[in-house]
Formats: sequence, structure tokens, C-alpha cells
Amino acid sequence: MRFELTPRTNSPTVMRVFASVAAFITAFLIAGFVIWLMGRSPIAAFDVYVLQPLSDPWSLQELIVKATPMALIAIGLSYCFRANLWNIGAEGQYVIGAVLGGWLALRTHGTDAGAWVLPLMLLLGVIGGALWGLIPAFLKTRFGVNEILTSLMLVYVAQLILDYLVRGPWRDPKGFNFPQSVTFDPSATLHPILEGGRVHYGAVFAAIAVLVTAIVLGRTLFGYRLKLTGDAPRAARFAGFSSKATILAVFAISGGLAGLAGISEVSGQIGQLQPSISPGYGFTAITVAFLGRLNPIGILVASLVVALTFIGGESAQIMLKLPLDLTQAFQGILLLCVLAADAMVSYRIRFVTRGGGK
Amino acid sequence: MTTFEAILLTIVTASTPLLIAALGELVTERSGVLNLGVEGMMVMGAACSFAAAVTFDSTLLGVAAGMLAGALMAALFALLVLGFAANQTGSGLALTILGLGLSGLIGAPFVGARRDPVAPVDIPGLSDIPIIGRLFFEQDLFVYASILLTVLVGLYLMRTRSGLTLRSIGENHTSANALGLPVWRVRFWAILFGGACAGLAGAYLALVYTRFWSPGMTAGRGWIALALVVFAAWRPGWVLVGAYIFGAATVLQLHAQAAQFGVPSQVLSAVPYLATIIALLLLSIRHGRAIGAPGSLGVPFVPDR
Amino acid sequence: MKADVPPSGQPLVELKGISKRYGDLLANDGINLSIEPGEIHALLGENGAGKSTLVKILYGVIEPSAGEIRLEGRPVTIGSPVEARALGLGMVFQHFSLFDELTVAENIAVALSGDWSLSTVREKLGEISGTYGLALDADRAIWTLSAGERQRIEIVRCLLQNPRLLILDEPTSVLTPQEAEHLFTTLDRLSAEGCSILYISHKLEEVRRLCRRATILRGGRVVATIDPRASSAREIAALMVGNAVGDIRTDAPHHPQGETLRVSNLTMPPAGLHGQALRDINLAARAGEVVGIAGVAGNGQSELFAALSGERLADHAETIAINGKPSGTMGIDARRRVGAAFVPEERLGHSAAPTHSLSENTLISHASTEVSRSGFILMNAAKRVARSIVQSFDVRTPEGDPQARKLSGGNLQKFVIGREIIRRPKLLIVDQPTWGVDAGAARLIRQALVDLAREGSAVVVISQDLDELFEVADRMAVIHQGTLSPLRPIGEWTKEAVGLEMLGVAQAEGGVHAI
Repeated sequence: MRFELTPRTNSPTVMRVFASVAAFITAFLIAGFVIWLMGRSPIAAFDVYVLQPLSDPWSLQELIVKATPMALIAIGLSYCFRANLWNIGAEGQYVIGAVLGGWLALRTHGTDAGAWVLPLMLLLGVIGGALWGLIPAFLKTRFGVNEILTSLMLVYVAQLILDYLVRGPWRDPKGFNFPQSVTFDPSATLHPILEGGRVHYGAVFAAIAVLVTAIVLGRTLFGYRLKLTGDAPRAARFAGFSSKATILAVFAISGGLAGLAGISEVSGQIGQLQPSISPGYGFTAITVAFLGRLNPIGILVASLVVALTFIGGESAQIMLKLPLDLTQAFQGILLLCVLAADAMVSYRIRFVTRGGGK
Repeated sequence: MTTFEAILLTIVTASTPLLIAALGELVTERSGVLNLGVEGMMVMGAACSFAAAVTFDSTLLGVAAGMLAGALMAALFALLVLGFAANQTGSGLALTILGLGLSGLIGAPFVGARRDPVAPVDIPGLSDIPIIGRLFFEQDLFVYASILLTVLVGLYLMRTRSGLTLRSIGENHTSANALGLPVWRVRFWAILFGGACAGLAGAYLALVYTRFWSPGMTAGRGWIALALVVFAAWRPGWVLVGAYIFGAATVLQLHAQAAQFGVPSQVLSAVPYLATIIALLLLSIRHGRAIGAPGSLGVPFVPDR
Repeated sequence: MKADVPPSGQPLVELKGISKRYGDLLANDGINLSIEPGEIHALLGENGAGKSTLVKILYGVIEPSAGEIRLEGRPVTIGSPVEARALGLGMVFQHFSLFDELTVAENIAVALSGDWSLSTVREKLGEISGTYGLALDADRAIWTLSAGERQRIEIVRCLLQNPRLLILDEPTSVLTPQEAEHLFTTLDRLSAEGCSILYISHKLEEVRRLCRRATILRGGRVVATIDPRASSAREIAALMVGNAVGDIRTDAPHHPQGETLRVSNLTMPPAGLHGQALRDINLAARAGEVVGIAGVAGNGQSELFAALSGERLADHAETIAINGKPSGTMGIDARRRVGAAFVPEERLGHSAAPTHSLSENTLISHASTEVSRSGFILMNAAKRVARSIVQSFDVRTPEGDPQARKLSGGNLQKFVIGREIIRRPKLLIVDQPTWGVDAGAARLIRQALVDLAREGSAVVVISQDLDELFEVADRMAVIHQGTLSPLRPIGEWTKEAVGLEMLGVAQAEGGVHAI
């Protein structure tokens, strides 16, 4: 017996959406099976993971809070992935964005610096992320170094830089020796959209990023250039699109958005720098980008869905004593299912037995 | 034992998992498949081997469980990239994410447990030679096995018919298919071999190197193994050299941290990662492109039926 | 036929009612064919007639949808090339199944069933090379070899298995005329030894030289089985194409004016590991003429195309002048803006993106024209342009705005050529304009190229198809190992002279016995 793959001649949008949903259901079934193996009720788990967060206003806010950084990063990654470039170091770009933006917050701490601090912090966050993203891009365009490995290695380096700073020069002297910086001043804090709410303006940035990206990818030559570079790189060169410029641009964009996510999270959510400022948003965003099929609206939806698994995972840990790692395992399963579904959209897959096939 | 000898010994211990994992990935890549999930397979190998070793109080069973776990993860990857012709980069990343999560689940009950050291195998007579004696002839079995594996992989690829078939398929799967070479079958076994090796490397980490389990304990070693394959230009001998250079870098930075030179420990911790980037950079500067990369590497295979 | 036909008179191979369906397309439709022992049997047909599909079925590469294969009267199922070889069938593909980085001996060993060690292969290679005059160095890597040498490897691979039937798919398409003659001698000898040969071609001349029986395919069906020596070329051509073949009109007055393209001392190192360097190339194309560049594949054609199009830049702007403007250091888009247009050899993936719609594919070379404004795409304008290309160049497409990969090779080629011509370029550079294209489309394309020139543009056609160049070119040069021969009016060239230039021996000795 063996496989037979035939490229599909047409794959309607309905089918693509259906494939995403099917991937999701499959991933849920597999996760349910794993939970059952662990001796818990999959139905109770579904209730805790999905239904309860969705029926609780506090959780719904939390959902947006968690979805914000992932949406921002995944939107950036969609530029790279469309062009078939593999920035898997968004986590590092996120961290460096937070570090560079955070630097200004710490520099102006305790001064009456005024309203210009926050915008400048955000800008520095974008610049920091973009510069960190440009390192693998530059190494690739200038020397041909594989961007997958370098961008990933830089994640570890970025995390170590942050670790050094908050344990060393940037540690709060009055912080009882905890490895963390001082709490940011109000002028360096990204405020909630609604008074007393938890959703900060980072969510607005994410929404803007989604809209702008929808236009850029769908309507502009630059968007077409990315698509062409990803689908037919030789044709892109033939069209006169410089591949080096494309690489630098998409890494700067995705790094910049990851950096924006980092500084938004630090100034809007955490309020200070500490050794760990992300539960792996930069890596999870890869899943989000694929789950959203590299489409801005799809990514928005996917980020909310994945945020749900984070929140559900936290309450499942408390209520069902299910380890937090289950969430990450589920995300891995989900991504595998999405990739398989993608393949089924592009190819017709048949199992044929020798001699019996056509 | 002098400090110097001790350092040399730990270098060997630190290099061995890199070597084993990289050799496995080398075979996979030579068949034309890029499996970026080494980190995930390795960490699964570590968790499963440790769980089995503690449960059954047997290092042997632990190693078997580690290899099996790596191979099973690899089989999942094979299903995706061979069966569904899915994107290899994405599937490899998914495998890593899955492995990191799943290993956490499997390893959770075993956090805090410890294993006894695995007894080194002493080659009588030879191990008494000063300095190099203990270095080369009083190591654990895995170290000897990893060196033997390097030789065997080299011989297999360059001297056997089956190795020739594997290289041909990696070089040009369209031609290979036209000649009737079993592209899918060879790739499937090559992926599985890579998985088993990554699992073995993970087992070595958990059972010999650290002798405990902690979540995410591979700490990027799977990725470094991937870089080693590129660095070695897809040749087993150079993987050995590369693995030992990286092993040495890792160990020396640990010792440097202990010695407290006044350099922040984080700078030293970053050495292996920076060294990887620099190694890749130097290689690219010298050759301008990835020399020795199999022609069909990373390209999904959909035959014309 | 030959003397050693078995007394039973039973055919070696018989195909009965072979059909192969790809979706809606019936590539083979109930094909019957028989091959006698020791016979050289031709399979004739235009591109797309179903020849390649049929032989791939016979060789077990693809499975037939219906039909039966008999070997010496016995029905057989050929599930894979390995099984085909075990049954005594050998095949030399049009696109070689070789591995660039491996040595000659490794390439041969990997294709052989059974336990062949490299040393046995070396030994046997020596023997076979001697017997059939197929000289090969066992330890050289494939990428260092010429197309002719590569083909020898394929043939030796087959001969080592002592085949009863040898299948050759368009074997001369990569050979110089002299190399082709050498191949024919080898085939004659094999046939005399009792090996049957199935010879696939669309070239009448060589079929008449080699074969006594020819089966002609058209649109996936057998239209006739004939003795090619007993039928006239016109008759056979009519059978192949279906209706009488028209000639290209080149009668319009031809008054070449100023130089639209001038290439001076173009030298370029190889791009990749196995590329061909360009050496001191000089070339001029005048408004109103078609300039042909002949040559065997892999002699620097794609490198020349890349240099002319600006996909690779020259060191000095003056090296290439387009419309009088020094353009050597301009990128491809800048060259388009000074009036040039380009069509590369590879349709899918180079001149067109397979999974993109035709209107999106229009953007590829029209990006800086009316289909975009300040960075935004005007999709309706792109659709309009695509539609007008489809109409003006008779591109037959599925409904609406289909993906490029859904078009047949000929229709897609008409589209990409049309996409450039519709821009009314002053200079058009085309690499292999009718490669793998059916006869009707090829004719339309050649006519369009000639017409464009007659309207006052300069057209440079790089092609491996000598007949095509003799048909359309006003002046011609031959490229060999990155060096270009002098450009001469087409009337001063003979096929033999071109062949000598292709071998690079024209100036050296002027001799005839090249190989």
C-alpha cells in the first residue's frame, strides 16, 4: 500500500476555512484523548478550557490581553512566512523591544519627563525589535547564512541580555534583591482603554496592524511582491524585485511588530522588567500565524483562540491539576493538524494498494 | 584526577549528545528531508528515558524508551512531510513545540528524582596512559558508541549500496523516482533514524549528563545539532569535529563562570549560541553558499503519477 | 528486419489498448503498438501527442488507466522502473535521471538492480565503452560533463543490464548534429545484435535515417503505422500535426536600422557552483531583425539570458547598451523601462508563477506600467491586460482568470510571450521560445516574433532548435562554452557549420570528424 498525491486544481475558500475548523476539531479530539489517558475527564477539561473562560467577563478581557502580543507578532511573521522566509526568533525580538523601550522608562524614572516618554518608548520598542530582526536578515543577505538557525540562536542571547540587566545594572535597589527593575512611572505606562479595565492600548495597535496588513498584503505591489517571492522566487527576481530588499524589509517589519508587542506588554501589562516577560508568545505566534493561514483576519481569530488555550490552561492547572505543559503540547498538536489540513487542501490524498489502483 | 583531566572528561560528555543528534539529522538531511524538530525529539527522548529509567530502575530500558520516543516523534513528522507533503519547516517547528509540551507532561512526576551515574567502561591497560588514557579509554559506553556511530554512518553513506541510494534520493528525488528508487521508503527510515538518534541524545542528557529531569533541559542543543550539520557540510567526520568544538565551548564557559573572571555569567552562557552564529557565518564567508547541501533538501516530493 | 528474429515471429513487446487519464485530459487513448525483436521502431508525434506518457507507462514510471502490456506474448504488469529493468527494458530519458554531485560510476551503480560494486561497475564501464565507443571517465562528477556525455551514462546504464528493449526519449534534442550521428551508429549496432529500440522523436529526418517502422501519435491516439522511408516528409508531417503545416511568413520587407542592442566584451564568472562562465561576448541586434543564438543546452544560454535581462548585472554599464543607453548595471525592471522585454526558458516558476492567476502574472512584467499606481495594484487594469493578451494571442484558458499552472505548456507560453509583445518592446529577448510546445502554438509564437521584428523591434531568440532558428532568424551566432561565434546572415550558415561551432572546433581545425 502507498500514498498517492495529486495536486488539486482548485481549492475554494470554503474548503480552506473548513480545513482550519477540521484541524481544530482533530486537535481537540487528540488533546481530549491525552487528557483521558491522564485519568481526567475530557468533558470537564473542555468545560474548563473553553466554556468557562468564554462565559466570564473577566476572562474575556484576559483573552484580549493575551491575544494582543500574539496577534502583533503573528501579523509580523505573516510578512516573513508569505515570502517563505523563516524568522523563528520573534521571541528574541520581543525581548529586545521590551529592553530598549524599558531603558527609556528606567532612564526617566522619577523625573517629570512628561507625555513624550510613552510614545518614544513604543518607538524604541519597534526599533529594538526591528534591529534584532535585521541581524539574521543581514547575515542572510550579505553572507548567505541560514536565517532559521541564527534568528533562533539570537532568542537565547536576547533572553540572557535581559537576564543580565535585571539581575545587574537595572535591578531595583529597593527590591529586596529580587531580579526585577523598578515599577515604571505612570508616564511610562500604557493605560487601559477603559478606566479600571485590563485591556490596554496594545490591543488597538494589534487592530491597526491587522487592518494595515490586510491592505498591504491584499492591495499593494509590496504585498504581491511577498507572495511572489514566496511562491516563485525566480519569478520574483524576474519581476525585478530584489530578494535582498525583501528579506531586510520583512525581517524589519516582523521584528518591529514583535518589539512593539514586547514593549506594550512590559509597559501595559507587567509594569516593570523582569527575567521572564513572555510565556513563549514569540514561538506561539508561529502557530497563530499558520492557524490564521497567514491572513490578517485569520490571524486575529487564531490569536484569540490560542489565547483561550492559555487562559484555559491556567484555570485547568488550578481546577483539574492538569500541568501547564499540556497547553504547549496542545499548541504543537494544533499546528501539526493545521499543516496536515493545509496539505489536504493543496493535494488530493489517496491510499492505493498495489495493483488495485488506477 | 587533575582539574585539567576533569575538564577534558566533561567536554567529552557535553559533546556526545550533540554528536549523536547531529549524526541522526545528517542522515535525515542526506536523504533530502530537513527535520527542524530535533530539539523536540531530543527533549522527548530525555523525558521518556528518564521516566522509564526511574520507573523500571533500568538505564537500558531508559535508553530504549528515549530512542523509541524520538523515533515515534519522527514517525509523526514523516507522516506529515512524506504522507501529506506538508511544509517541512513548519512541521519541524510544530514537532519542537509539541515535544517541549509533551515532555513536560511526561516528565512532571519525575521532577526532583535522580539517577545514579552510569559506570564508565574501563579499557584495561589503555586507560592507565597519562592524561589521554582516561580521556579516551575510561568513558561510558555511549561515548564509544557515538564514535563508532560516526564511523558507521560515514561507511554507510560512502561505501554501501544502500547509502548510495540514500544520497541519490537526497540529491535529486525526481531522478531517483524516475529510476525507480524507493524515495518514500528510504526517507521514512532516514527520518526514523534521525529521530532515534535525537532520542538517544536526549536519553544521554538525562541519564548521564545531568542525571535528573527538568523541563526544556535540552536548552537549544537540538538546534545546535542542526547547525552542526550545516557546519560539517553534511560530512560525518566534520560533525565529530564540530560537536567537540561546541562541547568544549559549552564546558569552558561553565568553568569560566565558576572561576568568576568578573565577566557576567550571562555573557559566558551566551557563548554556545554566539559561537553557532559565528561558525555559520565563517562557513558562509568562506564558501559563499552551503557547500555539500543535498540538492533536494527541504523540497516536498510529489511524484508525477 | 534483422536476421535473428525468433522463428515464431512473435513481437517482443505488444501494447494493447493503453489509456491514461489525467483528470479531464486523456493523454493516451487506446494505444496499440508492437515492437519486433531487433527492430528500431519510431514513435513519432508533436509535443503533447502523448509519446512521453506512453513510454513512461511502458517503463513503469506511471500506471496506465487501462490496457495491457505483453512481453513475448505474456501479459505483464510493470509496477516500477525496477520491475521494467528486471524484464529487460531500459530507458534513456529526455531529462536525464542523473545526480550532479555523484560520480559517473556512482550514477551508474545506483540505477542497477542487484549487487553491483563500484569496482565491477568500473570494469564493465570500460568494456562497454570500448565496444560501443561510449567514452566515459568513471570518477568524474556529473556536473562537469557535457550533455552528450551525460546521455552516454544513461545508455551505458541500460546496456549493463543487457536489455531486450531500449527506449530513447527525444535523444538528439541535446546533441550536436555530429554527436547525433555518433549515437545513430551505436543504435544501429545494438539493433544488429538483436536489441529492440523504441525511438521517440518529433524529427522526421532522424526517424527516416534510423527506422523502418514508425507509429505516429496525435492527441493521444495512434493515427498511423508507416514505413517512414516510403512516405514523404509532408505526408508524415500532416499525419503528426493533423492539418497541413503552414510556413512562417517572413516575406515582409526587412530593412534593419540602428542597433537596438549592443553587447561589447561581456565576460561574467559562473553564477553557481556548476554554472558556465561567459567569455568576451559581442553581439548586436538591429531594429527590424531577428537574431538567433544557437547552441547545445548548458553552453551558457541561460547565463547569457540572465546577463541580457539584468537578472545578473555586468561590471560596467557600457557592456550592454539598450536603445543606445548603457544598461549593463541596470536591473531588469530598469531595462524594461528603456524598452526591453524578456521571456526566460522556464515557464513555470520563472516567467510565470504557477499558482497565481493570469492577471497576477501580468503584474510580473507590467508592475511599473498602468496596472499599478503609487504602490497600489489596480486589479481591474491587470485583469483587462490579461484578457487582451488572452484574446490577441489565442491563449485557450479555462473560464475566468485561471491559475497559470492550469494552462497547457503551449497556451502558457503564448501567454508569457504575448505579455511581453503587448508592451510593444523595442527589444525582445527570448530563451527557448517553443520548448515543449505543441506545433500550433509554436507556429503562432514564431510568427509573432517575426511580426514584432518586422514592425521595427529587435528580437533575439536563443534556441536549441536549429530548424526554428533557420526559420525565423535573419542573422545567427552559435554559443559554445560561454563563447559566441561571429554573427552571420542566416543564408551563410549550413547545419554542418553550425554543428562544428557547437562543438567548438570550427576555427580550430575545420575538420569533419569531430568525435
